This record gives sequence, C-alpha cells and structure tokens, in this order.
Amino acid sequence: MTRALINVPPKAKRGEVIEIKTLISHEMEPGYRADSTGVLKPRDIITDFVCKYNGEEIFRAELFPAIAANPFFVFSTVATESGKLTFEWTGDNGFSATESADITVE
Amino acid sequence: MTGEVPMSEQSGMPQATRRQFLVDAACVAGGLVLVPVVAAGPARATPATMRTAMKNVVGEATVRKGKVTIDLPPLIENGNTVSLTVAVDSPMTAADHVKAVHVFNEKNPQPNVVSIHLGPRAGKASVATRIRLADSQKVVAIAEMSDGSFWSDEAEVVVTLAACLEGSVP
Repeated sequence: MTRALINVPPKAKRGEVIEIKTLISHEMEPGYRADSTGVLKPRDIITDFVCKYNGEEIFRAELFPAIAANPFFVFSTVATESGKLTFEWTGDNGFSATESADITVE
Repeated sequence: MTGEVPMSEQSGMPQATRRQFLVDAACVAGGLVLVPVVAAGPARATPATMRTAMKNVVGEATVRKGKVTIDLPPLIENGNTVSLTVAVDSPMTAADHVKAVHVFNEKNPQPNVVSIHLGPRAGKASVATRIRLADSQKVVAIAEMSDGSFWSDEAEVVVTLAACLEGSVP
C-alpha cells in the first residue's frame, strides 16, 4: 500500500518558521516509457498535493510527469497555534492518500 | 594550413563527436539488451513550447530577472532524480509575499515541471522537490508575487544519464 513519510517538528515556539518534509511512495509513471514488450505505459501520476494547517491551506503543488518517483517536498510554515497538519495527495486512476501530524505550539 | 586552425576547433570537434558516438552507442546497446524494438522517441518540449507554457502562466506581464534563486546541480549523473530548490527573496508578509512558483524545462516531453502555491503563512519562500530531466537543458523558475509582478531565474544543467533510458527502462 501507499506509504507516506511526514517530518513535522512535534513542538515549536509561536511565530517560529518550521520546516516540513513529505515523501510518498508512488511510481509517477510519466506516460512516455515503454514496458518490456515495447508498449507505452499509460500515465499514472500524482497530480495534486495539498497541506492544510488546522483546515487552512498553507501549501499546494500541481505535479507534472517531470516530478521524480516518490514525490518529495520540503516547504515551511509559521507555527501559529497547536493543532493538526493534514496532507493530501490525489492523482490519476482515483489515487488518493491522506496523512496528518500533530504540532504543539508554545 | 592545419597549423593555423585555432586549438579550440582542432580539439573541440572530434571530442564532441566521439562523446556523441559513445552516448549513441550506449543507447543502442541498452536498447538492444532491454527492448528489441524501440519505438520512436516521444515528442519533446522545445524552447518554443516552454515559452508557450510560461505565457499560459504569466499572460502579458513582463518577467524580470532576479529575486528567484534556483539551486540545481550543474552536472547531473542521473536525470531520474534531481534535487531542485527554489528560493525567492520575499518578506512573506500579508502585503508582500510569493503567491506561486512555477518551474519549466526545455527538453522533457512536457514543458511544465511543477507549480507551487504559497502564501504569507509559509514564513519563508523556499521549496524543494525532486524532478526528472530527460536531457541537458535549461530549467526556468518563475515566481508570481502578491503585487502581480513576475520574477525568474534559470539554470543550465548537463545530464549524463537519462534521455536514452527514459524510453526503454521501466
């Protein structure tokens, strides 16, 4: 099954800029490669990734076939309040995965 | 007389040809082992299609050089996974922040690489990901600011392994 790795600091000071790293296992088949018999494999990629902080969108990416397999993103956000960060990936063939991480802001 | 030909012309051309031959030979050898019949390569993006893709994002606005920094290794051994970092010089306040970062390339099958949407809550305008590059080419990042202006940076990269494998290896 799909495996996602999330790296969010569990604790942060209010107003601190924290770094978030995400990695999800996915082939990201670009649709331009042939299989062993020479037949072109159809495109199967993650097309969207959204990160929300207590329900508010803080980061969104539109992915194209030029994103490497197992899409990896590093971005940042301001630690405003304790709560939950949610991560959602959607893509071709109905692909959907969600993950979340808790953060305590002091 | 050959003695009057400049050194660059004398030594540069045969080397380039030999290198090209080795690359082609490697492609053919790889293709023969893995796929007996290699279909014609997929359509490539070109500098022109990259400009069109950029225009779809930018519209009629002018794109100025500056503020954006692309961090990409200049020499890439494996084009299947290339670390890319784009940083934009911005205070990231509600009044002045980066709204989006778009990355384009010249020679992959498609000109778009990724479009990232940010806001003042990002705190700092720096994002990193991993991309695929099918050939030695130019990569361009365009940042869209909250005031509607566009800024860009570009990087030339040399890719030693990628294009010939993209069509044949799963």
